[in-house]
Amino acid sequence: MSTPSYHIYPCGDHAVTIQLGDEISVSVNQKLIALFQHLKQNSIEGVKDMIPAYNTLTLVYDLALLKKKYPANSVYEKICLQLQEAATLITTETPAASRLVNIPVCYDISLAPDIVSVSEIHQLRVDDIIQLHTAQTYRVYMIGFLPGFAYMGSVDEKINTPRLSKPRTLVPAGSVGIAGEQTGIYPFDSPGGWQLIGKTSVAMFDAKKETPCYLQPGDEVKFHAISIDEFKKQKKA
Amino acid sequence: MSLHIIKNGLLDTIQDMGRYGYQQSGINPGGAMDNIAMRIANMLVGNDVDEAVIEMHFPAAEIEFEGTALIVLAGADLSASVNGEAIPLLHPIIMQKGYILRFGKRQTGTRSYLAVKGGFVADDWLHSKSTHLKVKAGGLNGRALQKNDRILLKEKHAQILPGEKRSFKILPWYANTSDLYVTNAIRFIPGNEYSVLDDASKQTLENENLVISRESDRMGYRLQSQPLQVTNKKEMISAAVTRGTMQLLPGGDLIILMADHQTTGGYPRMGHIISADIPSLAQMQAGDKFSLQQISLANAERLLVAQEMNLQQLQNACNFRLEEYFTTKK
Repeated sequence: MSTPSYHIYPCGDHAVTIQLGDEISVSVNQKLIALFQHLKQNSIEGVKDMIPAYNTLTLVYDLALLKKKYPANSVYEKICLQLQEAATLITTETPAASRLVNIPVCYDISLAPDIVSVSEIHQLRVDDIIQLHTAQTYRVYMIGFLPGFAYMGSVDEKINTPRLSKPRTLVPAGSVGIAGEQTGIYPFDSPGGWQLIGKTSVAMFDAKKETPCYLQPGDEVKFHAISIDEFKKQKKA
Repeated sequence: MSLHIIKNGLLDTIQDMGRYGYQQSGINPGGAMDNIAMRIANMLVGNDVDEAVIEMHFPAAEIEFEGTALIVLAGADLSASVNGEAIPLLHPIIMQKGYILRFGKRQTGTRSYLAVKGGFVADDWLHSKSTHLKVKAGGLNGRALQKNDRILLKEKHAQILPGEKRSFKILPWYANTSDLYVTNAIRFIPGNEYSVLDDASKQTLENENLVISRESDRMGYRLQSQPLQVTNKKEMISAAVTRGTMQLLPGGDLIILMADHQTTGGYPRMGHIISADIPSLAQMQAGDKFSLQQISLANAERLLVAQEMNLQQLQNACNFRLEEYFTTKK
């Protein structure tokens, strides 16, 4: 954000979005996560939520509270100024803290209803799909759709697969899917259209924890393959 | 002291102002759909405005009061009655032990709010008691109320209400909320992708009646109108949405995001309903018609603060009336 190549716009009368560039890229997302983390430490008065996405960060604020406190000013402009000021502090060198999270995935066809058709689409063997999916380290670009649903990328070009033309009415929690260049894990039983190639026993969401979501924006994720027996053992534990 | 649900309604849930601070994890704020009715209900019984209430839809629950309580109903008029006697909205009411609150036909509005003095005992999840149905947390075991549920009250009302004021009574004052809702056009500010609409569609958006379709719930309202056309079909990169965001679906239909909306979305954002008009929209239901009117962000801010000042005056008046009634002997 050393270069002022950002665009700021209202996202309703009580939210503002800062957008960086117009494509999905690791460096853009890193800068946004750095800004997000900076604003967590140095919060802007009245901001009650922050929503990082691929190339945007949105701040949701308490319009009623701020307008009562500063009746003469435009609340939007006031927040914009503070957001711009914070953005200038974030440079390409600002390191965003990130963690590496290892997640076991069972790719057994009994838990992976689409792995055979995905392999056929790409004229690969099922083992190749597993090898390619576990080879990369993925970035959690954003969380959305469902509580704790991490949008991760990017999968190897060889297994980039479009969504199902007809979404399933029920995808079981823990299912690991691919949609285009993205990969993700369903935290809940839910309808969904991603190509399901495996399942993890790790709970992506636990309401009883103070941080209910297993993954956070900016995390790095690596999958490793486990057998069906191992999956069942972990599931019981 | 508790409320006993004799019969559950279509969707009765415990709600407050919602949970904020977790949208980075995809946890949507939720909360009461009509936060004005919810807050006024609390004011009328002397609660903090963000105390949890019960949000009900038609058909609504049948509720037995297993003790004395000071209650009020706000929002939709669902023909409420107590032991067969019709009761008005927005009047505080002393409910007597053993009396039964029932609802009948829907007259106006969609969501009715029941508040009790002192508030309900409810599960707190991430600093809010709002029921999150997907996560199954908050409210009463994270779910809608069911037959034979018992909801405890936080305060023993026998101690709050003086002896001579423990029998059923409709108190002689009410809140006039007509200035807080709009009856004509719902106002919006343009969204970041508004400019992709072609000129005819921009006209359609503001000049034609929109109809709320049956595929409408606490997550969002799907609208029926002439399909809107865009000049540029470029795929959008998913970004945040907020309560009131109007997304354009691929078929040309609009959806307005409401309390249980997802935190992000990949459909173009045509506009955003202003905060001041969300409660009015929350009281509409499938089949209702309305029109949209574009205003500036500066006006949206001014309208909200005017509404908040109106609410503040109402709160002062409520406190004054309650204090006067319960401290003077009548």
